[in-house]
Amino acid sequence: MNILLAILVLGSIAAVFGALLGFASVRFKVDADPIVDQLDALLPQTQCGQCGYPGCKPYAQAVADGEAINKCAPGGEDTIKKIADLMGVEVQPIDDSHVSGDAPKSNRPKVAFVIEEDCIGCTKCIQACPVDAIIGAAKQMHTIIIDECTGCDLCVAPCPVDCIEMRELPDTIHNWQWDLTSIPVKQLD
Amino acid sequence: MAFWIASSPHNHNHTKTPNLMRLVIYATLPGVLAQWYFFGWGNLIHIGLAMTTAIICEFTVLSLRKKPISHELFDGSAFLTALLLGICLPALAPWWITVIGTMFAIVIVKQLYGGLGHNPFNPAMAGYVMLLVSFPLQMTLWQPPLTLVAVDLNFSNTLTTILTGFTVEGYSVEQVRTSIDGITMATPLDTLKTNTGLGLTVLESIKSPVFGENLALGWEWVNAGFLLGGLFLISRKAIAWQTPVSFLLSLFICSFIGYSISPDSSASTMFHWFSGATMLGAFFILTDPVTGATSNKGRIVVGLLAGLLVYLIRTSGGYPDGVAFAILLCNMSAPLIDQYTRPRTYGHQKGDK
Amino acid sequence: MVESVIERITRGHFWDFHGGIHPPEQKFLTSNKPIKQLALPKQLIIPLQQHIGREGDLLVSIGEHVLKGQALTLSTNPMVVPIHAPTSGTISAIKMSVIAHPSGLSQLCVFLDVDGEDTWRKRDVCTDLAQLSNHEIIKKIADAGIAGMGGAGFPTHIKVSSKPDIKFLIINGAECEPYITADDLLMMEQSNAIVDGIKIIDRLLTPAVILIGIEANKPKAIKALQQATAAIEKIKVCIVPTKYPTGGEKQLVQILTGQEVTSGRLPIHDGIVMQNIATCFAINEAVRHDTPLIRRVVTVTGQALNKPQNVWALLGTPINFLLEQCSVENIKNEKQTVIMGGPMMGFSVSSELVPIVKTSNCILVPSKKEMPSAFEKESKEVECIRCGQCSDVCPSQLLPQELQWSAKAKDYSQLEKLNLRDCIDCGACAYVCPSQIPLVHYYRIAKAEIREQQQLDLKAEKAKIRFEARKLRLEKEKVARQEKHQKAAAARKAAMNKATPEATGAKSAVAAALARVKAKKASKGQSQVNTSDSQNDLPTDTAVDQKSQVATAIARAKAKKKLKEEAVQKPSTSDGIVDNAIEEKSASTQQASTDDKKEKIAAAIAKAKAKKLSKSAEAPDLEKDSDDTSPKKTVSSDDKKAKIAAAIAKAKAKKLSKSAEVPGLEKDSEDSLPEQTVSSDDKKAKIAAAIAKAKNKALAKANEGKVEVNETSLLTSTNNATEIDSKPLQPEKMVQNNIAESENKPVAATDKKAKIAAAIAKAKAKKKLKEANTVEENDRDGV
Repeated sequence: MNILLAILVLGSIAAVFGALLGFASVRFKVDADPIVDQLDALLPQTQCGQCGYPGCKPYAQAVADGEAINKCAPGGEDTIKKIADLMGVEVQPIDDSHVSGDAPKSNRPKVAFVIEEDCIGCTKCIQACPVDAIIGAAKQMHTIIIDECTGCDLCVAPCPVDCIEMRELPDTIHNWQWDLTSIPVKQLD
Repeated sequence: MAFWIASSPHNHNHTKTPNLMRLVIYATLPGVLAQWYFFGWGNLIHIGLAMTTAIICEFTVLSLRKKPISHELFDGSAFLTALLLGICLPALAPWWITVIGTMFAIVIVKQLYGGLGHNPFNPAMAGYVMLLVSFPLQMTLWQPPLTLVAVDLNFSNTLTTILTGFTVEGYSVEQVRTSIDGITMATPLDTLKTNTGLGLTVLESIKSPVFGENLALGWEWVNAGFLLGGLFLISRKAIAWQTPVSFLLSLFICSFIGYSISPDSSASTMFHWFSGATMLGAFFILTDPVTGATSNKGRIVVGLLAGLLVYLIRTSGGYPDGVAFAILLCNMSAPLIDQYTRPRTYGHQKGDK
Repeated sequence: MVESVIERITRGHFWDFHGGIHPPEQKFLTSNKPIKQLALPKQLIIPLQQHIGREGDLLVSIGEHVLKGQALTLSTNPMVVPIHAPTSGTISAIKMSVIAHPSGLSQLCVFLDVDGEDTWRKRDVCTDLAQLSNHEIIKKIADAGIAGMGGAGFPTHIKVSSKPDIKFLIINGAECEPYITADDLLMMEQSNAIVDGIKIIDRLLTPAVILIGIEANKPKAIKALQQATAAIEKIKVCIVPTKYPTGGEKQLVQILTGQEVTSGRLPIHDGIVMQNIATCFAINEAVRHDTPLIRRVVTVTGQALNKPQNVWALLGTPINFLLEQCSVENIKNEKQTVIMGGPMMGFSVSSELVPIVKTSNCILVPSKKEMPSAFEKESKEVECIRCGQCSDVCPSQLLPQELQWSAKAKDYSQLEKLNLRDCIDCGACAYVCPSQIPLVHYYRIAKAEIREQQQLDLKAEKAKIRFEARKLRLEKEKVARQEKHQKAAAARKAAMNKATPEATGAKSAVAAALARVKAKKASKGQSQVNTSDSQNDLPTDTAVDQKSQVATAIARAKAKKKLKEEAVQKPSTSDGIVDNAIEEKSASTQQASTDDKKEKIAAAIAKAKAKKLSKSAEAPDLEKDSDDTSPKKTVSSDDKKAKIAAAIAKAKAKKLSKSAEVPGLEKDSEDSLPEQTVSSDDKKAKIAAAIAKAKNKALAKANEGKVEVNETSLLTSTNNATEIDSKPLQPEKMVQNNIAESENKPVAATDKKAKIAAAIAKAKAKKKLKEANTVEENDRDGV
């Protein structure tokens, strides 16, 4: 009899709480962004393809499907950390095999630059640019829209005359980071 | 001439942390002097011992941590910790109590947490509580005021008692603590607690000689000395007035309520103010900026909380005085209090953070 | 509300802002000396951008002579403020030069060699303002290049042309920074002109009330302004308590009106406009006297100077000229801080050529004694002890100590939560910090990084959008192209179906070609039937496409195998092995017809198996065969299938030929195989030729060095695993080489068949040679 009572009590408690939890999960459902969108938001959107995917979104999709999180070279350790946080996995060191060539070790962002006298107007770089940041027409000199360039350096390789190079953006008063130690001080007599 | 680059502001009001610490150390003088006058050399010896230990510990840890020793060794924080611990210890406690307590305070409570500015607990109080919990016997070796002591507690007698447990004449600590009529004497708070436990009323209890003519013989003056020093600090803006004021107010209100409800079993408000470590805690320990709350509102909350805790521990806790425990508990809650007492930023509505 | 504010102000009651400090004022150094007119400097360096916004387009070129007041830049962009020639002279250079900015970076500057004449351009002095419309006044202000002279440099014409209902116009004469007395002196000396300027702004904005906020430490200026405004009811001179930073826009608004400027918004949203004293003066100059902003009052002060005083400095004057004028020679410090602006918010300049710009109100050259912290080589920073003095003095009621920790930890989201963006960089926290932490510097770095992060985020967002757009565009283009192709194809079809003569001609030509091909195939099928009775069932006559060719080849191979089985006298095990291997191969080739990759893999597997089996059977010759066959399968050209078929056929042929007992059949296979391959196209012919050659070579090899064959087999048996992987590549090359060789043969392209026939003949001859040798080989097998 006692056992029966115990089962009954426990069973009803379980039922009540189960119903409560079920209700809560329906009632207070949080509509989070799909994981792919969240991942995509963390990626630097250079669309460089160094991860082996044709863009940031495809890589985000791949990560959501279980791809390694350490393939984003432009994002660096910071991005890996953020992705690790989001995915709830361990932070991994960046996969060097996905860092193309002489990856920039300095922090200053780089943008592509067309050496104008060398450009033959082949439009190959235009086709390579993932963000349409190069303007120009066949047999016309091409140029980079600096504000749109993500620095992915995908346009460097296709150029048949090697007239594209990656250059660091210059320091201006608008992007200066209050690094007082770097100011050249003039010595007077 | 050459140009010299610096970030603004280019001017400074020339205050320095070591100066602040020194000011606080000076402000303890009235209380320490009162202590010396009523209780003899015991605490001064402990202070000296603690300071020596503190400086050795600080030096060792700083060199192990490869910190700029000249910079941080004499910033005064270690001296202040040692001073406060020395003041708190029972005058006749053996020397190793001080050494262990100071080592714990400096090495574990302060430096292991990252040094000055990073310790979540007040080192002196943490050291004191550690001693209280670990060495209850030694930590109750309170010495009655000199006027009640049969043995002549001069400097050498006190020193030998602390170092060996016996005076030069061979009296043991227990004998020293025993009054002329053969009763071992404790602090007024201790006496009150024991007596209340035995069912005696407060009025009956305060007939004990340790209470003296006023509130608590000797202790009242020591507390008055610290009150004086504290007021000096407030006037110099070295400490914020909010903490001690709210603490004393809270303690006053609590004891007043208790006293109104049952005058027989509760001590008076003034007894709470002027016995134990009330004033020391209010002006010198609770106001420790590192472990306290930073906003004014937060300071008030911390003070109120500390007052309540001190009263509760004194009346219903296992220990006669609760200042050290109350302060540690407040240290613990300070970050949370800070979190919820952030001031409203200019241009923001009350609600939005 | 406005009334209650006015009432309070008339009673002299002001609101207070949180915090604030009282640093040593040091205004006495310059406040009692009149503003000095300076001689003309030799050269002026005029930066193109001296305000918030963008630089204008240059109007002048190097070598041009300009008159005083002549505009040097121009733009239609409202955020662009023009600059003017402060005096007459010649433009000697237009180049990058160090500008008045804490970074010490360079910007484009116009270098003006002063001619000393100081000739004005033609001026249009306006005597009666009533004749001008508001629009004209605003245009005059804009053309005069006036930007806020208090520090930020916001274009004034935008500020005075705003539409919404303005309740308060506040004139900022607080000048709370220590040392600076430029506005103080200007108010003393030019109070009437300032009031005239205020009247112009009044006319443009029509505020309910005008409040002039002056700190109590400027009694003379207060008196002068009170006299100048005595007759005007609307203007109230408010004497506010001296406290730093009263002169901050947000703080002065709070002091005078009790309102707070909502975070992230401008005071104008709350109906408040603030103008600097010097700006009011400049407006009057511009509107009444047509004098653009080409000079300003600059306080040159500090105890390192012998004669600190206020001066009228032309914009573009390099600071070394100003310092000379104020006798800087008593500097004995090796390193000297020269601060542009006040000691609290000014920045130290890195070069003596930094020019005075519209926003520079002070040049401060402190001695080491009066400002030791400005000379400290190393930061004396120690750990924060959370004393909270910084938050006590913060005018924005921030928590500097918490901000500092978050800034050091680069926790930008926490900084955002703690409202770092509401920090006005006033420096009060760092001034009082007993731990000497350069708090403001940490905030600046954090702010710069946050700004950059935001820009990067924006850029990333833009890149994402552009990337998506591009993907969409490429997709669309692809679809469009396909449609185009389809249309074109349809058009062609339609054209063909039409009974036009050309179309029928083309059609018939195609039909004829097809017929010819069929005829050829049929004849070949005939010959094959003749050569071998087991090949009767092969559908050779209908085989037009490559698939059927492969099938044929396989079927044929099987048939031959059967024949071989009957005839062969070798141990049955080796036969079985060969059979298996071949079957595997044929299966794989069938797959090959559907999928290239699978075929390759299968071929490789088959090859591997064949190898192993052959090895286990101790038949080195067979192994060599399989080695030869599989490479051909892996050839990655467009007509793989043909090659595969050929290769298989060849393999079998070889095997058969090697088993010396069936010479007749060998001949058959030799015959059928090349013919089959030739029928499809040129390439196949080449391949066939190559195969024939390969066989020749193989035979030759077999003749010349059978020892070698054995050696290779032994070698492969020892390290078979690795070889299986690597082989398909190597032999492929071999095949290609063979093909190339066959191509190199000087045979006319038209009679390839003849060539092939020749090759076959050659091959046969060789085989016969080999036949003779097989006895020897069998011996070896026995061994």
